[in-house]
Amino acid sequence: MIQNFTLFIPVFPLLAFAIIVLLTRRNNRLSAWIAIVGIIMALVLSLGVFLESLAEGPELAQHPFYAAPIVWYPYGLATMNFGWFVDPIGSVMLFMVPTVCLMIFIYSVAYMRHSHVDEQGHHIQEDDPRYSHFFAYISLFTAMMLLLVISSSLLQFFIAWEVMGFCSYALIGFWSFRGLKEHHIDEAQVGRARGASIKAFLVTRVGDILLLTGMILLLLVTGTLDFTQMFNPDGLNNVLLADSPLPGMTWLTLIALLIFGGTVGKSAQFPLHIWLPDAMEGPTPVSALIHAATMVSAGIFLIIRMFPLFVVDSQTGGNAMMWVAIIGAFTAIFAATIGLAQNDIKRVLAYSTISQLGYMLAALGIGAFVAGSFHLIMHAFFKALLFLAAGAVIHSVGTNDMLKMGGLWRKMPITFITFMIGAFALMGIFPFAGFWSKDEILLEALRAGFYGEASPQTQTIRFVYICLAIAAFLTALYTGRQIFLTFFGKPRDEHAYEHAHESPITMWAPLAVLATFTTFLGLWNAPFIGAFTHYIGEGGLMGLPQAFEHTAFDQLAWISMFLSLGIAIGGLIVAYLIYGFRPVAAGQPDPFARLGIIYKVLVNKYWLDELYGYKINLDGTVQRGLLIRFAGALSRGSYWLDRKVIDGLVNLAGWFGRILARLWGWFDARIIDGIVNATASVTGEIAGWWRTMQTGDVQNYALIAAAGAMAFAIIFLLRSFT
Amino acid sequence: MDLIGIISQVVFFLVAALTLAAAFATVLLRNVFHAGLALVGTFFGVAAIYLMLEAEFLAIVQVLIYIGAIAVLILFAIMLTRSLMKNEDSGMNKQWAWAAIAISTLFLGMFIVILQVPWLLNTSVIGTDIVPFLGTELLTTYLLPFEIVSVLLLATLIGAFIIARE
Amino acid sequence: MINDIPLVYYLSLSAALFCVGLFGALARRNAIAVLMGIELMLNAVNINFVAFWRYGSVNPILNQAGIVFALFVITVAAAEAAVGLALVISIYRSRDTVNVEEIDLLKW
Repeated sequence: MIQNFTLFIPVFPLLAFAIIVLLTRRNNRLSAWIAIVGIIMALVLSLGVFLESLAEGPELAQHPFYAAPIVWYPYGLATMNFGWFVDPIGSVMLFMVPTVCLMIFIYSVAYMRHSHVDEQGHHIQEDDPRYSHFFAYISLFTAMMLLLVISSSLLQFFIAWEVMGFCSYALIGFWSFRGLKEHHIDEAQVGRARGASIKAFLVTRVGDILLLTGMILLLLVTGTLDFTQMFNPDGLNNVLLADSPLPGMTWLTLIALLIFGGTVGKSAQFPLHIWLPDAMEGPTPVSALIHAATMVSAGIFLIIRMFPLFVVDSQTGGNAMMWVAIIGAFTAIFAATIGLAQNDIKRVLAYSTISQLGYMLAALGIGAFVAGSFHLIMHAFFKALLFLAAGAVIHSVGTNDMLKMGGLWRKMPITFITFMIGAFALMGIFPFAGFWSKDEILLEALRAGFYGEASPQTQTIRFVYICLAIAAFLTALYTGRQIFLTFFGKPRDEHAYEHAHESPITMWAPLAVLATFTTFLGLWNAPFIGAFTHYIGEGGLMGLPQAFEHTAFDQLAWISMFLSLGIAIGGLIVAYLIYGFRPVAAGQPDPFARLGIIYKVLVNKYWLDELYGYKINLDGTVQRGLLIRFAGALSRGSYWLDRKVIDGLVNLAGWFGRILARLWGWFDARIIDGIVNATASVTGEIAGWWRTMQTGDVQNYALIAAAGAMAFAIIFLLRSFT
Repeated sequence: MDLIGIISQVVFFLVAALTLAAAFATVLLRNVFHAGLALVGTFFGVAAIYLMLEAEFLAIVQVLIYIGAIAVLILFAIMLTRSLMKNEDSGMNKQWAWAAIAISTLFLGMFIVILQVPWLLNTSVIGTDIVPFLGTELLTTYLLPFEIVSVLLLATLIGAFIIARE
Repeated sequence: MINDIPLVYYLSLSAALFCVGLFGALARRNAIAVLMGIELMLNAVNINFVAFWRYGSVNPILNQAGIVFALFVITVAAAEAAVGLALVISIYRSRDTVNVEEIDLLKW
């Protein structure tokens, strides 16, 4: 019943965006309220859809709630329609996205008020100069994420995806407009924000181009982008399995890899991960929004949506899924190592996001659909929590640098506790959300790689398992480092410590809610409950009838559980030995720096920014590197070719055209224009004479009317006398 | 013709002559303020004509509204725009002669029509007070125009205020 | 009394008054004088209405259409005078003249 109104879910935040932009942008409070009311209405509706879908159970997977009543345009014999498509995982997304977004919205109300000290030394609280713009943007962002989740076709999905790309650009660069100078935001930060927004936009664009190419090929080969028509095991796959122009690759593999390219860009996977850490220049709620609920989840969700394609490809010998697994696993460990050496509290979280996204992709890549999806949902909750808690710390301390923090747990106990819950979830410590989801991924990898039947993928899965296990250890290590540097030890910057205070209730209440979810939501798919697996996995996916993993609560599950818990605790203990046992004192370098060259490599993020040629310096300038120089040389070469050869041809054609045009121009000017001008001048003469009648004098006009009456009177007189 | 008839005719011609004289003065006097005063005289004359036509209510309305409101309004407007009156070389514009010719012909035409038409006359005596009947008609048969006119007055009030304010 | 004065007298007076008013409206320079001419014309029309009511209708007591019309004319005349004078004052403020000949924005 409620599912019939699915399409209205994104309408509410979209409406909020429109109202704020058109009507209320001058009123900050009202704009914030409108945004929050919009997301609450979306949340109510999507919870209705979610509960109704949950009641239908796994059967929904084979027969998703689908309707596409809005005809956009026809092409050929088919039409491009707008509509909605709700399957189990989509319905869970509908629960997660608005919930997390609502918390972020509420949090932003207080966060976007900045406090600073004026000349007289008073603490002043004032709204961000673009307060209502902020709420307009995040409303649009949320609306587009919800539209993406309910999309009925890949094209609709792509539209929402691209608008989100724009929103992320606008929000990452939120502090990049110049009028901010008098609002205590320095020039360097403006430059960094601008560079970061452009970088995010361009890098994700690389992935989007791949996705667009994949979409076009899909449309060409199958003739449709509609999900229900696409996931049809009989007709469609036969077409897709034809050989593509690329050697040794079917169309299916090619398209799947191109679509995965879109995910690599959007979900910040190696080698297109470089935009995400710089995206930390945006306000913290934006980071939470991008990294937890919307943007990067959209990339994973794309793979989840198109999963039947990948599975069929894998069953017919393609290797698209293998690439997903390898890229994911490699990114998981790669980003985790960089995270070890970051001092910015948000950047550590950024790299952990990249790493966790790698986890999800690795899970999906080895076929653990349920585990990957579950980690996506759980990660959204605890990563939003971590970002918002980190934002609370930044907001009260006034710096991002962890080396200037320390001992903050006394000052901000609620933030501390909620951050700890999120951090434990991230590390995968019992019984928080991340433990269950991460453990399940490791369990699936372990089961398939070491205990399953031997298959061509076994080696890959073993590699994935080892990468993920190491990454789990590293995750616990850098998260532990973050906790010890931020909350324990002695304050390293007395001034910042003095300034620190607990956040207002509007900021810690969302933290508390998210912490509650983080603590208990993991039980949804605890091995002995398995409700999530039942709901998501049992029905398979549309066009893919077989069920995904059943959670067998066997000996191996116990082994894996203790193994992953041991890894996590091991990482935490190492972090304690390095950072907690003897806290880093003020001015003392990071103990990790003793590793010398390795530390240097990690601090510089493997110099990938330099290689790509888009490195944003601290002072806000952008540094160009190898790849950009190469591209510059290439474009100079093309430029030469263009100028000398192509322009020559063009100029020759132009010369002929000019001669011809000159002849025609003479005819035109003399003969045709002559006729036209003659007509015009005759008309003008007559008009010039006639127009003097228009004296502009009202009485003159009235006299003419009276003369008319007089004429009638004369006629009357003549008739009466004759 | 009896005495009352003669007196009636004499009174009518006197009133008509005075009204027309005042009307001519209104139109011809160079000084606009004097013209305004002559206009008041014309209004009085017309009110007298109404009385002779046994429309007493209308005569009173004429005095109240035309003289009490409109004429006073006009006099105020004249005083508000006064500075131009002094150095006015002529009260007439340059087409006045043409207008006079056209209008004279028009009057002649109308006059002849009036004389030629065989008017049906009903000169029965009105023995009762007719104002109650007028009130009943206004609020029954003519209710809609009556209400519309009240809206028109409101609109005029607002419009005049908006146009004339600084 | 009614028997003694024929309808033609009233109609002639009304026609004369109308023509005088029309002359004022057509030939005066001062915008306010033009308005006064218009008022004269309206008065002439009213005399006609009342005269036709008195002489023309079968039952002048029950059918008072002429009086009612005259009343409406007076009301509309009041409205017209108010708006017209407001316009004159507004024009006087912006153009510093009430001479109709100088108000010729509609000129070619």
